[in-house]
Amino acid sequence: MTRTEVLVIGAGPAGIAAATAAAENGCQVIVLDDNLAAGGQIWRGATVEEAGSSYRGDSTKRRALERLRRSGAGVLGGRCVFSAEASGTVQTSQETGSGSLVEQFRFEQLILATGARERFLPFPGWTLPGVFGAGGLPALVKGGYPVAGKRVVVAGTGPLLLAIAAHLTHDGAVVSSVVEQAPIAQLAPFAASLWAHPAKLVQGARYRGKLWKTSYRTGCWVLEAIAGSDGQRLGAVRVTDGTRTWTEPCDLLACGYHLVPNTEIAALLGCEFRGTFVQVDKAQRTSLPNVFCAGEPTGIAGLEAAMVQGEIAGLACVGVSRAPLQKRAAAERAFGDGMEKAFALRRELRSLPRPDTIVCRCEDVTFGSLHGYTGWTDAKLQTRCGMGPCQGRICGPAVEFLLGWRPVSVRQPLFPVPLQAFCFQDERVEINKMNEPIEEKA
Amino acid sequence: MSELLSVTINGATNRVVRGTTVAAAMLLAEQPSRISVTGEPRGALCGMGICFECRAVVNGIPHRRTCQILCEQDMTVETSR
Repeated sequence: MTRTEVLVIGAGPAGIAAATAAAENGCQVIVLDDNLAAGGQIWRGATVEEAGSSYRGDSTKRRALERLRRSGAGVLGGRCVFSAEASGTVQTSQETGSGSLVEQFRFEQLILATGARERFLPFPGWTLPGVFGAGGLPALVKGGYPVAGKRVVVAGTGPLLLAIAAHLTHDGAVVSSVVEQAPIAQLAPFAASLWAHPAKLVQGARYRGKLWKTSYRTGCWVLEAIAGSDGQRLGAVRVTDGTRTWTEPCDLLACGYHLVPNTEIAALLGCEFRGTFVQVDKAQRTSLPNVFCAGEPTGIAGLEAAMVQGEIAGLACVGVSRAPLQKRAAAERAFGDGMEKAFALRRELRSLPRPDTIVCRCEDVTFGSLHGYTGWTDAKLQTRCGMGPCQGRICGPAVEFLLGWRPVSVRQPLFPVPLQAFCFQDERVEINKMNEPIEEKA
Repeated sequence: MSELLSVTINGATNRVVRGTTVAAAMLLAEQPSRISVTGEPRGALCGMGICFECRAVVNGIPHRRTCQILCEQDMTVETSR
C-alpha cells in the first residue's frame, strides 16, 4: 500500500497542472495514468524515435512536463485504476511482462483528471481493418505504425479533425479530405468566436496551412466503409452531403465524433453529475469534499480549460484560491459551450447503422438485435450489448445517441482484471499468467 | 538508425524499431489482434487503451491491450481467438 496526501488520476494536461500546483505548494503527490508516459492524449509523445515522425517543440507541453518533474510529484504510468472508494483508496492493475501487478494507494485528497475518449458512431463497414478512430490513428502512428504514402480520409466531427489531418500529413500520409458533419452555418459562429482566443486561431490557421492539398468538406459525413478488391481491408468510403453521394478511395479511415468524458471513476465514487458531466464548484470540488475533478470530465472544453482547471484543483488541495484563474476558467468554459453547439451531431447520423451493422464490437451485437428493447438492463441481459471487456465505453455513447438510452450503473472492476486482484486487497500482488500470485509484499 | 527488435507474430519473425507498440507491430505485419465472436478479424481502433479491440496474446498471456505495450526483443504475439 502506498500512501500519499494528494492522488491525481490522469497525467494529461489537467492532471499535470493539478499535480504540479499541489506539489509546488508542499503536498506529497502521486499521479497515476493508464498510458505508459505522461501527457495524456493531446500531448501523447512518440514512442518510436525517428526523425520527423512527429511534431517536436510543443513548448507548452515541454514546459508543463519540466515543471511537473521539478515539482517533485511522482508519476506512475501503466496503472489502470479499476476500483476506488471516497474513503481514500484506489486500486490499480499494471500489465507486466509476466502478468499483472495489483497495487493499492491511500489518499487524503483525490483529483480526477481522467480526460475524454472519442465518440464512435456505428456505420456499415466500421469494423473493417483499416478503419480507426480519428484520434486513434495518430496515436497508433506515434506508436510506430507508419502512414507514409497511405491515402487517408479523416472524418467525423470536432475541432481536432484538422489537427489530426495536419499531423497525419506531416507523417507522410496523403489526406484527401476532412469530412466534417457539422454544416458551415453551425460552425461559423464558433469560428468567429475564436477571435476572443487568439492562440487557438493561430493554431487553426497553422493546421489549415499544412493542408493545402486536402479538401475540408463541412456538412458531409461518411455513410459506409467499403472493403477493397481483396474483400478483407478498407478500400473506399461512401460520403454524402445529404443530397449527393460519392465514393472516395482510401487505404485508411480515421473517423471519430468528437469526445465523451471518462467519468467512470467519478460515478463509482458517487460524485454528483450535471447531465453527462461531473458537477464541480469554482474550486473544481465535486459533491464529495475530498474529491476534485478537472478537465474534460467536467465539460468538454479543450487543452487550455484543462490546464487552468487542473491548477485550480491542485491549489484548492492546499486551500489556495486565485480569482484570475477562475476568470480564465470561466472564459474557457464558454469556449467549450460554443464548441458543443458548433459540433452538435446531425440527426441523419442516427440512420447510419443498418440492421446488420455491429454496434457492440466486443460482443458483435447488431443494431437490429437491439430492436424492441427499451433500455440497457433488458438489452444487456438478452443481447450482451455493452457486456464485453470495454464495458460499454465504445457502444454506450453510441447507443445513447442512437436510441437515447442513458447508462444505468457503474460498478467495480472498472476494467477487466484477474479475479485474484480482489483476493489480496492489502498487498502489492503480482499475478503471473497462470493467475497465481507469485510475489506478495506488505 | 534506431535499434531493431525481433518479434514473432503468429509464428513469423518481424523486425520493428524499438519503441513500437505491439498494436502497431501487428498492423505492420497485417495480422489481426483478435478474431471477434462472429469470426471477424479486428485490430486497434482507439489507440488509447479504451476499446479493447487490440487485445492479443502476448508472451502467452491472453487479453493484453497491445496498444499499451511496447515490443521487446524475442516477444511472441498471437492473434486472440
